[in-house]
Amino acid sequence: MPFTSNRTPAVPTPASAATPAAPATASPALTIRNLTVSFGTNKVLKGVSLDIAARAVTAIIGPSGCGKSTFLRALNRLHELVPEARMEGDIRLFGEDIYGAAVEPVVVRRRVGMVFQKSNPFPTMSIADNVTVGLRLNGLRNRTLLAERTEQSLRMAALWDEVKDRLNAPAISLSGGQQQRLCIARALAVKPEVLLMDEPASALDPLATAKIEDLILELKRDFTIVIVTHNMQQAARISDLTAFFYLGELIEYNTTTKIFTNPAKKQTEDYVTGRFG
Amino acid sequence: MAMAESDPNVAGTIPRALAGRRFGDRAFKWFTLLMALTVFVLIVLIGCELADGSHLALRQFGWRFLVSSEWDPVSEQFGALPFVFGTLVSSAIGLIIAVPLSIATAVYLTELAPQWLRQPLTIFIELLAAVPSVILGLWGIFVMVPWLRVHLFPWLKGAFGFLPLFQGPIYGLSMLAGGIIIAIMVLPIITSMSREILRSVPGLQREAAYALGATRWEVTRIAVLSYAKKGLFGAVILGLGRALGETMAVTMVIGNNTQIAASLFAPGNTLASAIANQFAEATGDVYLSALFELGLVLLGVTVLVNAFAQLILKTFAGPSVTPQN
Amino acid sequence: MTAPNHRRRRFKNALMQVFTCVCAVLVTLPLFLVFFYLLKSGIGAVNGHFFTQLPAPPGETGGGMANAIVGTFELLGLAALVGVPVGVLGGVFLSEYGHSRLNWWVRFAADVLNGVPSIIWGMVVYGLIVRHGLGLNLFGAQVGLIDRGYSAWAGGLVLGLMMIPLIMRTSEEVLRLVPNGYREAALALGIAQWRTVVQIVVRTALKGIITGILLALARVAGETAPLIFTAFGNQFWNRSLADPIAALPLQIYYYAIGPYEDWHRQAWAGALVLLLLITVINVSVRVLTRDRFSQRHS
Ligand SMILES: Nc1ncnc2c1ncn2[C@@H]1O[C@H](COP(=O)(O)OP(=O)(O)O)[C@@H](O)[C@H]1O
Ligand SMILES: [Mg+2]
Repeated sequence: MPFTSNRTPAVPTPASAATPAAPATASPALTIRNLTVSFGTNKVLKGVSLDIAARAVTAIIGPSGCGKSTFLRALNRLHELVPEARMEGDIRLFGEDIYGAAVEPVVVRRRVGMVFQKSNPFPTMSIADNVTVGLRLNGLRNRTLLAERTEQSLRMAALWDEVKDRLNAPAISLSGGQQQRLCIARALAVKPEVLLMDEPASALDPLATAKIEDLILELKRDFTIVIVTHNMQQAARISDLTAFFYLGELIEYNTTTKIFTNPAKKQTEDYVTGRFG
Repeated sequence: MAMAESDPNVAGTIPRALAGRRFGDRAFKWFTLLMALTVFVLIVLIGCELADGSHLALRQFGWRFLVSSEWDPVSEQFGALPFVFGTLVSSAIGLIIAVPLSIATAVYLTELAPQWLRQPLTIFIELLAAVPSVILGLWGIFVMVPWLRVHLFPWLKGAFGFLPLFQGPIYGLSMLAGGIIIAIMVLPIITSMSREILRSVPGLQREAAYALGATRWEVTRIAVLSYAKKGLFGAVILGLGRALGETMAVTMVIGNNTQIAASLFAPGNTLASAIANQFAEATGDVYLSALFELGLVLLGVTVLVNAFAQLILKTFAGPSVTPQN
Repeated sequence: MTAPNHRRRRFKNALMQVFTCVCAVLVTLPLFLVFFYLLKSGIGAVNGHFFTQLPAPPGETGGGMANAIVGTFELLGLAALVGVPVGVLGGVFLSEYGHSRLNWWVRFAADVLNGVPSIIWGMVVYGLIVRHGLGLNLFGAQVGLIDRGYSAWAGGLVLGLMMIPLIMRTSEEVLRLVPNGYREAALALGIAQWRTVVQIVVRTALKGIITGILLALARVAGETAPLIFTAFGNQFWNRSLADPIAALPLQIYYYAIGPYEDWHRQAWAGALVLLLLITVINVSVRVLTRDRFSQRHS
C-alpha cells in the first residue's frame, strides 16, 4: 500500500485546537485531525480537522474541486484503492483509529457506509439481492432473516411500497431515483454507524430529490450522516451542521443556522449567498 | 466523428476554385470508401476460391464428405469426419486447459496483482501472443513432446488408465499434445481479451462493493465478474475460433493420423493440420479438391464462431473493446 | 468490530490471490520456456555463416539461412505494399466519414477476417494466383499480371491481404483519438476536407498508425501456413519475384520436421533469430507508445 499514516498523538486533541471553530459536540462519531490527502504531487486536502456529531446530519459544502469527495472518501478508506493517493492525519471512529495498524479496511467500510453521486446498483442482481449482498458477505444465510432485513432496509429507504411486488426483478429495471434509493437501502442493510453520501441527489429530478431529503431526515435518528451537496437550499433544509471547504481547506464549520444566517468568514458568506462558486 | 458534408444544394453557386476542391473531397472520400469495402471483397473472394477449389470433391462426395471417416488417397475416397473430430477434440482440450487459466490470469492482472507487477505481466502475455505458431511447434516437437512422453503421459495412464481416454501405447505425438499446444496458443488471446473486458467494468461498480466492506476477492466476484460475464463468454468464443484454426504448431505435434481413436495418446489430425501436412503430396485433382473442401469446412466453422464472438463482444461493450490479434 | 466469518473471508481472499497468481505464472511460463530453449539450442548455430550462407545440401552440415532472412524481408516489403495503403485508407474512411450502419458492417467484417485461419488465406491465394495465374481480360485480350506457379508475388500478396483488416482496425482507432477541434480548426481556415484529413488528422495520428503497421508486420512475419501454398520456399537465392522464395518460418518448419540433427540445430537458430526480430519490434513499439499501459480504472 502506498499509504502512509502519519500518526498524531493517540489522545485526540481537543476540538478547540482545530483551526476553525468547531461546534461543541458531546461525543463525536468521527474526529478528524490534520487530514492531508494528495494525489501524486497535487495536495487536495490541507490539514483538515473537524468533529462529526453522532446522530446528526453534517453537510459538506464548497465549490467543485475543493476536495469534498476526497474528504468523504478518506472516512471509509477508499483512497487506498487509488495507487497515487497519499494520506496523512488521524481519523477516529468513536475513539478508535480507523487507520490503525490492526484495523482492516474491510471492517471500517462496513461500519462507515457510502452512497455515491451516481447510483450504482449491481446490474446483474435482483432488487432483493442488491439489498442483502452486504449481509450475505458477512455470512448471513438465514432466508427469513434476510427477507426481514430486506423489507426493513427498503422501508427505511422509502422504496418498499414501490418494489415490494417485484423484489426479484433486476435492479436496473428501476428508475434513476429508485436506483439511488436502492443504493441507500443496500448501504443501510449492513447497519453502518456512519453513512457517507456524496451528492446523492445531484443526478435526480426534484421529486426524487425531495424523497431522498425526507429520507435523510428520517435516518438521522439512527445514523450519523455526512452529506456532500452542491445545493445550498438542500444543505440548509436537511443538515444540523455545515462545513464549508475551499481549495482543500476547512474555512468554517458551525451549526447550519449559523453558517447560513451569520457566517464568521467573508468567503463563507460569499459562497452561501451565491456570490461565487 | 462525422464531418458535416457541405450542402449539395448550393453546389451551383460556389466559385470555381471551391468546385475543384469539392471534386478532391469527393474523390478522396470515394477512394477511402473503396478501400474500406475491400473487406467485403475479401470475404467473397475467400468463399469463392475455396468453393471453386473444392468443386470436384463437392460434386463427387456431396454431403457424404462430412460424415464419412474414410480418407484414402490411393483409391481417392475422401471423408472429413476424422478431421472434424480431431479439430473438435483438440480444441476442446485446448479450451479446457486455457479458459480457467486465462480468466484467472486476467482477474489477477486487473484486480488482485500488486500495481507494480501488472505492466510487466501484461507485456509478457502480449509477447507470448506474438510467438509464431511454427516456433511453438518446434519447441513442442523437441521439448514438450519428449517431456510428455516420459513424464506426464505415463503418470496420466497410471492414474486414469481405467478411462478409455488414457489407454493404449504412448508415442508422444498425439491428440493430447495437440490440445496442449492449442492451449498455449490461445492462452494469451483469451487472457488479453478478458483483461480488456474486466478493465471496462466501471470503477463505480467496484467502489459500491468496497463500500459495503467487501474484500478484494469479493469485489471481484460480486461487482466485476458478474458484470463482465457476457464479455468473458465472448472472449472464450473468440479463443475457440483461434483454437479451431490453429495450424502449424498443431501439425507438428499431433502425429497426423487419419484414423479416429478413442485414446488421447493416439496420434490425431485436425482440419488445418491435414491440409498443411498433405498439401505437398496432393498430386491428384480429386485429392487436392478434397483438401480444399476441408478448408471450406474449416472456414465455415471458424467464420460462424468468430462472427458469434464478435456479436457478443460488440453488444457487451460497444466499440471500445476491440479484439486484439 | 469483527464479523463472525471474518477469518474465513480473509482466508478466501488470500487463497484467491495466490490461486490467480499461480495461474498467471503458469500462463507466462511457456514464454520463458520457449525463450530458454531457443537460446540454449539455437545460439550455437547463430554465427557468421548463418547470416551469409545458403542452406547446405541435405545431409551435409553447415550452411546458413541468408536467403531465408532476405526472403522474409522481401515478403514483408511486398506485403506492406498491399496491406498498408488499403488498411490505412480504409481506417481513414471508418474514422472520418460517418455512415454508422455501413461502418458497423465494415468493422464486423474486418474482425471476422482477423479470425480467418491463416492456412485458409494461403489456399485462397493458391487458388487465385498459383494455380492459374492472375490476368485481366481486357476487351478480349488477355493481359497476364502474375504468372501461375509459386512465387514471391503470391507470398507477399497473401501476407498483405492478412494485414489489411489488422491495419484497418488499428488505424481507425488511433485516428478516432484525434480531437475534433483539429479538424474544425483546419476546416475553418478554408483547408479542403481531404487535405485536412491527410495533412492534419493522419499526420497527428501518424505515430499510432505506424505502430499498428509494425505490429501487423511482426504478426505476419511469423506466418508459415499461408507461405506453404504461395512462396513455397527455395534452397537458393530468389532471382525474380516470379520465382519461389525462401522465408524464415518456412525454413524453420522444413528443418524441424526433417531427419537431420544439423537441420534441427539450424531450425533452432532460425527460430531464435525470427523470435528476436518479432520481439524487438513488439517491445520497441510498446515502449514508444507507453501511455497505453498507464491508463487505469479509477
Ligand atoms: N483519483 C484521483 N486522482 C488524481 N486526482 C484526483 C483524484 N480524485 C480527485 N482528484 C483531484 O482532487 C481534487 C478534488 O477533487 P474532489 O474531492 O472530487 O472535489 P469535489 O469537492 O468536487 O468533490 C480535484 O482537483 C481532483 O482533480
Ligand atoms: Mg465530488
